Amino acid sequence: MPPLLDVRNLEVRFFTRDGVVHAVNGVSFQLHEGETLGIVGESGSGKSVTMLSILRLIPQPPGRITKGEVLFQGVDLLKLDEADIRRIRGSKIAMVFQDPMTSLNPVLTIGRQITEVLETHLNMSPQEARQRAIELLRMVGIPNAAERLNDYPHQFSGGMRQRVMIAMALACHPQILIADEPTTALDVTIQAQIIDLVKRLRDELGMAIIWITHDLGVVAGLAHRVAVMYAGYIVEEAPVLELYHHPRHPYTLGLLGSLPRLDRRERRRLVSIDGMPPDLLELPAGCPFAPRCPYAFDRCWEENPRLEEIAPNHRIACWVDVQTGRPR
Amino acid sequence: MNRNGQVLLRVENLVKWFPITRGIIFTRTIGYVHAVDGVSFEIRRGETLGLVGESGCGKSTVGRTILQLHRPTRGHVYFDGIDLTQLRGGELRRMRRRMQIIFQDPYASLNPRMTVGQIIAEPLEIHGIARGKEARERVEELLRLVGLNPIFADRYPHEFSGGQRQRIGIARALALQPDFIVCDEPISALDVSIQAQIVNLLQELQERFHLTYLFIAHDLAMVRHISDRVAVMYLGKIVELADRIELYENPLHPYTQALLSAVPVPDPAVEARRQRIILRGEVPSPVNPPSGCRFHPRCPIAQEICKHVEPEWREIRPGHWVACHLAA
Ligand SMILES: Nc1ncnc2c1ncn2[C@@H]1O[C@H](COP(=O)(O)OP(=O)(O)OP(=O)(O)O)[C@@H](O)[C@H]1O
Ligand SMILES: Nc1ncnc2c1ncn2[C@@H]1O[C@H](COP(=O)(O)OP(=O)(O)O)[C@@H](O)[C@H]1O
Ligand code: SF4
Ligand code: SF4
Ligand SMILES: [Mg+2]
Ligand SMILES: [Mg+2]
Repeated sequence: MPPLLDVRNLEVRFFTRDGVVHAVNGVSFQLHEGETLGIVGESGSGKSVTMLSILRLIPQPPGRITKGEVLFQGVDLLKLDEADIRRIRGSKIAMVFQDPMTSLNPVLTIGRQITEVLETHLNMSPQEARQRAIELLRMVGIPNAAERLNDYPHQFSGGMRQRVMIAMALACHPQILIADEPTTALDVTIQAQIIDLVKRLRDELGMAIIWITHDLGVVAGLAHRVAVMYAGYIVEEAPVLELYHHPRHPYTLGLLGSLPRLDRRERRRLVSIDGMPPDLLELPAGCPFAPRCPYAFDRCWEENPRLEEIAPNHRIACWVDVQTGRPR
Repeated sequence: MNRNGQVLLRVENLVKWFPITRGIIFTRTIGYVHAVDGVSFEIRRGETLGLVGESGCGKSTVGRTILQLHRPTRGHVYFDGIDLTQLRGGELRRMRRRMQIIFQDPYASLNPRMTVGQIIAEPLEIHGIARGKEARERVEELLRLVGLNPIFADRYPHEFSGGQRQRIGIARALALQPDFIVCDEPISALDVSIQAQIVNLLQELQERFHLTYLFIAHDLAMVRHISDRVAVMYLGKIVELADRIELYENPLHPYTQALLSAVPVPDPAVEARRQRIILRGEVPSPVNPPSGCRFHPRCPIAQEICKHVEPEWREIRPGHWVACHLAA
């Protein structure tokens, strides 16, 4: 079956006063029907810009999608005109952001914001839309849904607002839900509530999900497949068990080694990754991880490895086989 | 580290309420935020006590009230046997030299108009310990100690990354050779790969200078990693306190149990078998905390008595303290 979403060689740049920010540098991945893909990476690694570019939401200027294709059910979203992409956004592909306050309109009631989506995308009458909005708020676990429709965003707590955002995202039964760090600003017990909710809705509605996070714990329990981003590249991608149990890219190994584990009583020194991520204004010619990589050798400084399949469904961008420590 | 060491800090029934006021000319107090509402614990010399809990539960207020940055509403703080709450002016300043704080936000906590050297030397000058060339030498030594190049002394904070700024904050805190440091979420704002660097540094410094830490965080895995004992806070109260192994393997308070179960573990095999306790609702307001046990509206096993009677703070096993009617 062809993938639901097929992102090919996506490249995004920001042309700023300081120079060209190489935010996304040839990212390719696929998302299949009903699948949950986790994308992990540190701040600035290009996760949000990748997702915003898929929906053509990056500010232009300074941003520009300089290369690539985004095939959604075979149609290249990057070639659609503004009216067509708008029809896809929110109805076929919906997005939830880290900070719901920035995507909710502070001067409109929650009810108005949800019914507006329903009226424009699904041509519902105001009465139908209101009824459906109440159902949606109930579905995401907001008590007294009918009364809360009249409240403004600031009258909701962080966790509640994120539920409202999820309700709005699901209003038109999207085929893909893109969630960009939706629980990063929330406390763990509230994060657990939201993840529990998303898993339940995923099973009920059968949508595909792209879940972006910097927390390797969150995707471990949620994703079927995980892609790791570094400096605007996907550097490793594998089914979830494979990625955590047999990581093959030095950066993924480093990330997993630097995490303390709640379920381990023995205390070992954390293996930290030295240095810091590269400046995206001047990317090196070779592998972007080379300055921090314990496995780096001559070739790494000269040639940037491409993402290649090294085992079934397991892709890495690296010249070295970490199991032997020698070039592949 | 130091199980039976001498007690360095004893906090007795500490209370900090913040008044809520109305009116501009004639202000009147219409209520209080019960930020910290009666907490007691000890920290031994050379030990790390972890303090965890969700946003707004009072962790930072505990830290700041111990250091007398906020004056407590009630209660006592004995540092090396001396009650800090009774000290004023010069006496307090002399004691404060021995106690420092490191903040969460390495961006906001350093004065942008001062060079790194001036920032680190400031406490030395305020306390009349070193000036001029001598201060400069001490600054360079401190920079080396936290893993920074001494030539950085002439640069400004904005030229540094988050992790480097946190190192500068640590160098400043160490300038007066303190005995005790409140680490208030020192790694929360940092990327995963940088967090381990800072935690390792804090641990090395602790061993080298025999420091005592109060380590505040909401990352329970990191707290387990760094702490000898851990205290769990909920809505202004400490609800449980025990040794790091005991607390995580045998949590007795229903809130601790829920909190631990909510933390995702970066291992899909473990996540697949885990049972989560999903708490209902959200943390109530600290302005009118619930009667009886403050956790009762969300507690999955609450009984009638919990609504009316506040549970006692009891030592249920040697070193394992809990406030719950049903804990046994
Ligand atoms: N200076 C102040 N004036 C009034 N209220 C305050 C003040 N400082 C803190 N509070 C309130 O006291 C309560 C506890 O705050 P505190 O900052 O100690 O929480 P915390 O546990 O450190 O939270 P976080 O995890 O978000 O840092 C909160 O309700 C907060 O709004
Ligand atoms: N509007 C913008 N103008 C200039 N640079 C930007 C803009 N948005 C993002 N960037 C840059 O693109 C890179 C990737 O950012 P982002 O995708 O937001 O990272 P992530 O979501 O992984 O934290 C970063 O270097 C960021 O500073
Ligand atoms: S290509 Fe070289 S530098 Fe890059 S991750 Fe692999 S070993 Fe390290
Ligand atoms: S005292 Fe009652 S309400 Fe409070 S934690 Fe224990 S069982 Fe739950
Ligand atoms: Mg982002
Ligand atoms: Mg705080």
